[in-house]
Amino acid sequence: MAEKKLGLKEKYQLMTRGLDWETTYQPMDKVFPYDKYEGIKIKDWDKWEDPFRLTMDAYWKYQAEKERKLYAILDSFSQNNGQLNISDARYLTALKIWMQGITPAEYNSHRGFCMVGRQFRGAGARVACQMQALDELRHAQTQIHAFSHYNKHFGGFHQAMHMRDRAWYLSIPKSFFEDAMTAGPFEFVTSISFAFEYVLTNLLFMPFVSGAAYNGDMATTTFGFSAQSDESRHMTLGLEVVKFVLEQHEDNVPIMQRYIDKWFWRGYRLLALVGVMMDYMLPRKVMSWAEAWGIYWEENGTALFNDLARYGIKPPKYHEIATAEKNHITHQAWAVFYTACPATGFHAWLPQEYELDWLSEKYGSTFDRYYRPRFAEFARIEREGGRFYTNRLPLVCQTCQVPDFFTEVDNPMKQSIRQYEWQGMKYNFCSDGCRDIFAHEPEKFCQAYIPPQQIYQGNAGGARTLPEYAAWLKCEFGKDSGEYYTSEDYARWKAMHGGNDTTPSSAAA
Amino acid sequence: MSIDIKTANIEPVRLTFDHLEARIGKGKSATRYQEAVHDFQMTQNFHYRPTWEPEMELFDVRRTKIQLDDFDALTDPRQYYYGPYTIQRAKQQDNADSNFALIEKRKLFATMSGEWTDKIRRLIVPLRHVEWGANTNNTYLSGYGYGAPFTSAALMHAMDRLGIAQYLTRLALAVNGQDPVILDEGKALWLDDPLWQPLRRLVEDAMVQKDWFELHVLQNLLQDSQLVPLAFVHFDEAVGATGNVAFTLGTEFMREWFNESSRWVDATIKTASSAKPENRQLLNDWVALWWPRVQEAVAPLVLAAFGAEASAVSGALTAALNLRLGKLGLEAVA
Ligand SMILES: [Fe+2]
Ligand SMILES: [Fe+2]
Repeated sequence: MAEKKLGLKEKYQLMTRGLDWETTYQPMDKVFPYDKYEGIKIKDWDKWEDPFRLTMDAYWKYQAEKERKLYAILDSFSQNNGQLNISDARYLTALKIWMQGITPAEYNSHRGFCMVGRQFRGAGARVACQMQALDELRHAQTQIHAFSHYNKHFGGFHQAMHMRDRAWYLSIPKSFFEDAMTAGPFEFVTSISFAFEYVLTNLLFMPFVSGAAYNGDMATTTFGFSAQSDESRHMTLGLEVVKFVLEQHEDNVPIMQRYIDKWFWRGYRLLALVGVMMDYMLPRKVMSWAEAWGIYWEENGTALFNDLARYGIKPPKYHEIATAEKNHITHQAWAVFYTACPATGFHAWLPQEYELDWLSEKYGSTFDRYYRPRFAEFARIEREGGRFYTNRLPLVCQTCQVPDFFTEVDNPMKQSIRQYEWQGMKYNFCSDGCRDIFAHEPEKFCQAYIPPQQIYQGNAGGARTLPEYAAWLKCEFGKDSGEYYTSEDYARWKAMHGGNDTTPSSAAA
Repeated sequence: MSIDIKTANIEPVRLTFDHLEARIGKGKSATRYQEAVHDFQMTQNFHYRPTWEPEMELFDVRRTKIQLDDFDALTDPRQYYYGPYTIQRAKQQDNADSNFALIEKRKLFATMSGEWTDKIRRLIVPLRHVEWGANTNNTYLSGYGYGAPFTSAALMHAMDRLGIAQYLTRLALAVNGQDPVILDEGKALWLDDPLWQPLRRLVEDAMVQKDWFELHVLQNLLQDSQLVPLAFVHFDEAVGATGNVAFTLGTEFMREWFNESSRWVDATIKTASSAKPENRQLLNDWVALWWPRVQEAVAPLVLAAFGAEASAVSGALTAALNLRLGKLGLEAVA
C-alpha cells in the first residue's frame, strides 16, 4: 500500500479532534453542564481553529528545553548571590508585590484553565485551555523558585502566601481572578485570554521584565522572558476565542461586548499596580506608565478594535477615561502606598531628587502642579524627623477593590466616588466603570470580601489599628513593612555593599 | 558588577518561606517540589460564589466525601512539578520518536500477520477514545479537586492521557500505511460495536461523576488497572510472541508511564485511606460499587483478544489489582 503523506495541520487535527464523540449513554448537556447558561450560542465547535497546533510530544519537548535553561540560570543565580547585582534594594518592593499578588494569580489562572479545559464541549478549545492551564502552573512555580533566593536575604517574601488571602491591596488581584473563575467558561476565557492576555498583557510583562533587566535582576528577567514565549501562544488563544464566538452567532455579540467592557475596565484598574511599579518602584526607569499606556493601549488597542469592528464590536466602554487618567493614577497610588505602607508587606519611600525630576519630565502636565508639592510636604515632615503614616485603611471600591484615590478627569482636586443602592444597601465605587459592573451583577458583587470592612467588623484577628492589622498579616514593621530608609532591608543591603548606599543618582540603567 | 565582600554579610536570614517552615520545621530548607506545590491553592476569604455552582465556594472541600485535615498531604512520590515533569516526558518522547522511526524504516507493521493487525484495529485503536475520556476525567480532577499537590499532578496525568491518545493515533496510522481511515473505523467501533458498548457506557457515566476522589478511584485506579495492562502488557506479550516487535516499540511509553504514574495514584489513595476509618470505608464502598461495572466493560475485550486464555488473563489482571488494593489497606475484589 502506498503511504499517504499527511500535512502538519491535518496530522495535528487527526491527533486531537477525532478523539471526542457525541455521548449517548449520558446526555451531552449533563457531561458539559456549564457551557450554555451564559447564553452564548455555538453552532459548530469544529469551526474552532486550534491556535497552538501542538501535539503533546512537541509540547513536552519545547517546554523541557526552556525549563532546562531557566533552572540552570536560577541555580547559578543563587550560587553566585545574584541578589547583589540588583540596582538598589528598593527594587525589591516590585518583586514582593509580584510574589504576594501576581504569583497567586498565575496559580488561579492555572486552575481556571483547568476548569474551562473540562467545561467546553469542543475538543479543540478544551485542549487549548488544558495546555494553557499547564503553562500557568509553570509560571506560578518558576516564580516562587525565582523568588526563593530573595526570600533568604530580604523581608516581605516569607509571609506572602499568608497575606495573599487577607491583605487589602492583594484583594485587587484576588478578586479579579476569582471574579473570572466564578463566571461562566466563555466569560473566563474572554476575561483572561482576551482582555488580560491579549489586550493588556504587554502592559504587565513588558515593563516588569524590562524593569527587572534594567535593574540587574537576572532571576526575574529569565523567568519573565521564558514565560513570554508561552504568553505569545496565550495571546493567540485570546484572539481566537473572541473571533470564534463572534462568528458563531450574532446573539453572541452583545454578550461579548459586555464581557469586553467589563474586563477591560477591571484589567485596567488592576494594572494601576503595574503603573506605580514602573513610575516609583524601579530605581532604574524603563518608561513611564503614561508612555506605556500610549503605546500598548492607545496605539495597539485602537488597531485591534478597528479590526474587531467588522464583528460589530466597539472599543471598550470608558477607555477614554482610562486614557484621560494616565497622567494621574500612579502618583495618587504611590501617595497611598507611601502613607499606608505599615499595613503592607513592602517598603515605600519618597522619590529621590533624580526621580522627581524624571517624573516632572514625563508628566509635565500634571506632576509639578498636583503631585510634586504633595511629596515636598512629606519630605518636609521627614526633614523634621517625622514620617507621615495614615492611621486607617483607605476606602476601597466595591468592584475593583482599589483604594479610592482616583479623581475626576475634569478636576484632579476632586475625588471620584460613585454610589449605587441595591436592596437597601449603599455601595461605593471608584468610577462609573466599576459602578456599571456592579449594577449588572449586583448579586455577585455584593458578596465581595472587602478587607477594610472586615477589619472594622473584627474579622482580622480583632485588629483595631494598622500595626495590629499588619501583625495579623504577619508583617513586622521595619522588617517587612514601613519606610524603606529605616528598614532592615536597607541596612542589610548596605552591609552587603561594604556600608555604602547604592541608591542610583540617575534614572538610566 | 562584581563585588568582593565578606561572606558574613550575605548569610541568609531565613531558609524558606513561613508556609513551608510550618510544614517542614524551622531551620530546614524546602525542596523545589515543596515550594512548587504547597499552599498554592487559596483556602479562604473567597469573594464570590461560582455562578456555575452557587452552593459551593470556588475551592471547596465538600466536592468530595473524603475527609482530610490537610489536603496538601496528597503529595506525589515522583515529586513532579512542571520542570522535572516536562524534562522526564521529553526524554520519553525522544525515545518514542526513535521507536516510531524504526517502525517506519523497517516497515515493521507491513510484516505483521493480518490476524494481529486486525486485532490492533479492533481492540487497540478504539482505545484512543478511552484515553480521551481519561483526559476529560483527569482535567475534572485538576479543576475541581482540592489542594495544589493533588490537582497539579492530576493535570499532568490528564496531559499524559492526551499524549497516549496521540501515540495511539501514530500507532494506528503506522499500522495502516498512514491512511487515517483506520481512525474513522476505530471511532465507528467505539460508537456502535457491541463489544465496546459496556466500556463506552462506563466512560460516559464516569464523566458525570461529581465526587472528584470517587472519579479518581474509578478512572485512575480501577479502570486503568485493567485496561492499561490488558492492552500494553498482556496484548503486547501476545503480539511479541509472534516475533514482531512493532507493537512493543510503539507502546513502550504506555508501559513506562503506567508503572510510574501508578505510584502517584497509589500514594494519594493510601494517604486518604489511612487518614480516617471513614475514608477507608468510603473507598471500599466505591471499589465495590464500580468494580462490577469495570469487569463488565473489560471482560468482552479480554475474551476477544485472548479467546481460550481469557480467564487466565482476567485472573492475572484481578490479582494485580488485589495486590495494589492490599497495599492501600483496602479490601480485595472478587
Ligand atoms: Fe501566566
Ligand atoms: Fe473600582
